[in-house]
Amino acid sequence: MKKLVIIGNGIAGTTLARWVRKLSDFEIEMVSDESPLFYSRTALMYIFMGDVKLQDTYGYPEVFFEKNNIKLIHARAEHIDTTQKTILLKKEGTSFETSYDYLVIATGSKPTFYNWPNQNAKGVQGFYHLDDLQELEENAKHAKNAVLVGGGLIGIELAEMLQRRAINTYFLIREKWYWNGVLPDCDAQLLTSYIAEECPGLALETSLDKIEVNTQNEVIGVTTTTGESIACDLVGIATGVHPNIDWLKETSIETDKGVLINAHFETNIKDVFAIGDCAQHKMPPKDRRNVEAVWYTGRIMGETLARHLCLEPSVYAPGPWFNSAKFFELEYQTYGLVSSDRMKKENEIHFQCVLDSTNHKWITIALDQNNNTFLGINSFGIRLRHEVFEQWLIEKKTSDFIVNNMTKALFDPEFFKDYSQDIQKAYKRYKNEKNI
Amino acid sequence: MKKIYSTLGIIGLASLIVGGILSLAQTVILIVSFSCMTLGVVGYGYELHKHHKNGVYQNKLSSRGFTAWVLGLILCVFYILLYFYSSYLEPIIRLFDPLSANLSGEPATQWFVYGCLYTFSILVFGIKFLFKYRGNSYQQIRTLSVMFFQFIFAFFLPEIMARLHGDIPYYDFKNIWPLNYYQFEGWRVKQFVSSGGLGIGLLLFSVLSIFVISPILTYKFGKRWYCSWVCGCGALAETAGDTFRHLSDKSVKAWKLERWLIHVVLGFAILMTVAVVYSYLRSDYSKYLIRRQDFLWFILAVNGLLLFYLLKIKKSFLAKDARNGILLFGILLGGFVCYGLIAEPKHLFLLQSETLRKSYSFMIGSMFSGVVGTGFYPIFGSRVWCRFGCPMAAILGMQQKLFSKFKITTNGGQCISCGNCSTYCEMGIDVKSYAQRGENIVRSSCVGCGICSAVCPRGVLRLENDSPSGKLKNPLFMTGNTYSLNTDVLNKK
Repeated sequence: MKKLVIIGNGIAGTTLARWVRKLSDFEIEMVSDESPLFYSRTALMYIFMGDVKLQDTYGYPEVFFEKNNIKLIHARAEHIDTTQKTILLKKEGTSFETSYDYLVIATGSKPTFYNWPNQNAKGVQGFYHLDDLQELEENAKHAKNAVLVGGGLIGIELAEMLQRRAINTYFLIREKWYWNGVLPDCDAQLLTSYIAEECPGLALETSLDKIEVNTQNEVIGVTTTTGESIACDLVGIATGVHPNIDWLKETSIETDKGVLINAHFETNIKDVFAIGDCAQHKMPPKDRRNVEAVWYTGRIMGETLARHLCLEPSVYAPGPWFNSAKFFELEYQTYGLVSSDRMKKENEIHFQCVLDSTNHKWITIALDQNNNTFLGINSFGIRLRHEVFEQWLIEKKTSDFIVNNMTKALFDPEFFKDYSQDIQKAYKRYKNEKNI
Repeated sequence: MKKIYSTLGIIGLASLIVGGILSLAQTVILIVSFSCMTLGVVGYGYELHKHHKNGVYQNKLSSRGFTAWVLGLILCVFYILLYFYSSYLEPIIRLFDPLSANLSGEPATQWFVYGCLYTFSILVFGIKFLFKYRGNSYQQIRTLSVMFFQFIFAFFLPEIMARLHGDIPYYDFKNIWPLNYYQFEGWRVKQFVSSGGLGIGLLLFSVLSIFVISPILTYKFGKRWYCSWVCGCGALAETAGDTFRHLSDKSVKAWKLERWLIHVVLGFAILMTVAVVYSYLRSDYSKYLIRRQDFLWFILAVNGLLLFYLLKIKKSFLAKDARNGILLFGILLGGFVCYGLIAEPKHLFLLQSETLRKSYSFMIGSMFSGVVGTGFYPIFGSRVWCRFGCPMAAILGMQQKLFSKFKITTNGGQCISCGNCSTYCEMGIDVKSYAQRGENIVRSSCVGCGICSAVCPRGVLRLENDSPSGKLKNPLFMTGNTYSLNTDVLNKK
């Protein structure tokens, strides 16, 4: 019987463990320092806002792991001996070892700080880890003004969380519009105006320059890159994340930004694999980044590696790209690729259709202007069916087809307005204007 | 602002009690008290309009804090007084005399007062709910529906009917047996029959509701057509109970208890009703159109057909313990009915039917559905009765599981296991455990309130009336992985 050790119990590691259990009789150990049980990182914000409790965010209860004979080890992995195939673990000062036949590294990410002066002051923090939640709870207790740095998904989460606690929030975004690096300008603009309604302290094209502290090394304010001074007692750093692999430096496992892997998730060392946020693909699939820090890709990697280890050689083969997020009350889903203006290829054009301007509902379809191929869709405030869009993307349908069959793809609850007619009319006008 | 509105509501309630005790001017007190309460609840709702979830775990009332226990205690005491010591409520009951006189022409009874307060709660908390879920048409229409059915069918029509047709018993069209366990009791049936065409029509309608109308509607829409769109218990849970919906127990233990308890209550309701009807029917046509024997043959036939349907045709849908339970109950009921046909005993189930009726009325009708079911809203959540006790929900749940088109669809691979859906499921269903595996949700207890879909941050859940076949999708991997499209390898294994 082979023994599989997984370091990290996030979505990637847990998915792997679950599927390996289904497909094999391997002995499975899962090591985590952060939380004894797998919880949903994306739900940390809801715990802070009092909408759910920590145990509500556990994917599976403790008995699930007992029943499925997945041994959970709540300890920190310190070192890997790849020749002896052992891992040194540490818990509350005591060290112990465990051995493996297969080792999977799934240690996720950690927040990136850009060496600002006083970034270690009290009241300055990232928001990623379970401990960060605790820290934020402390920091927010007496905070009146907060400054958030970084216009990504964690930044917007923090903005919502602090607004709910009635903390006056300044939200600094380096780009021209919120999430401009990911969304096309037309979407980023509409989204930014919505966010400005929800968070009046939004400041665009502004970043953090300096953090000011008092003699107790507590944050008292910041200076922005535009030279403005803002008094605050809490600074949230949300300027991105990077693979959590520092602890592997001493091992012979090859790393760059992340743990370097091939399409089978194999590292340079035999029987050592990496999946999820911490992995860096040497040969990523077409149109995909080499490091993907997304819930869904972590899960797909876990599924695929289980298949690879237990059934037959398998390569990382995610289906068409999809993702989702929520900006305050505004839901976002995306299927396929809608490139930002910076990244888009010459033949990619965007058809944006505003469905309801007061309630902030719109979609943007990316299409190839030469052959009308549908490339992807962003939806804001309306829900779309994943399976339907996956199939349409695999079959390389035209955007004419997509627009004419939109009803099949709507996923809004019953009695919600069916916008497919509006989309069709607007699309017709768009085609006439553009002469395509 | 929220604090001001809460205080206003409490003042309204207090003035009702104080006004009653001091026997102040009835009409003035009623108007003042109900206006304060309305303003308080509706104003509070308006303050909520922006977010569905308002940090329920940071509020003592909604997280089993001190105020929750106080409210629970008050509600329990109220129910105990209402059911068993209504004379203590007399001062408050008298306040409602003018209102009752206007509606039915009679002085108020404790049940009239209860009906008023119940309906009033559904209406004002319904408005609060409408504010809270602004922008969600499903929630808006559903809530207007429960408000309508409560006000018109449960409150207004029966009172008016009593005025127009004094001899017809209080009849709420939407209150179907076995939830309305007293529907076929002797005195009611006698009144229905003696009041002529309309009464007999109503009696027929109530039988039709059980065997024809409700199965058809459940087939088309799932049990939600009743439990979260029409039913009065559901209406109170969805409106006044909304603040407590997340307190339902999500553990597997609670699920196991639910499966047994609700069906035991159903069995009890069936035995009790059969015994009661048997006790007043005669062995000739002197009093009623049907004889004892006819009734027993009818029960025997329904029992046989149901056993055949459940244990033979739908065998694969039911777990082994469920099948054993059904078989045991079927044999028990069938045996007694045969005994009745052969021996024509005085008491069909050896016990006096009155004993059965009284114990059901006390244990289930008053204690379970009233004191525990509603009194413990702030502690166990709003659907304790609907989930663990309601025999009507048990029947509709079986129909939902066995032949309904209804299901909750999981949207491909979009679930992020955040747990909002399970947290806010008032029926204690661990929705997430299905969604995060890409499975659809088909659970007999689901009342289709749609809140899981409303609170989902990623647009994963949708209530649908699809085809009954293929309801359970059980994918290899979740959507988004190319290997999920190809299940050959797994099948080989």
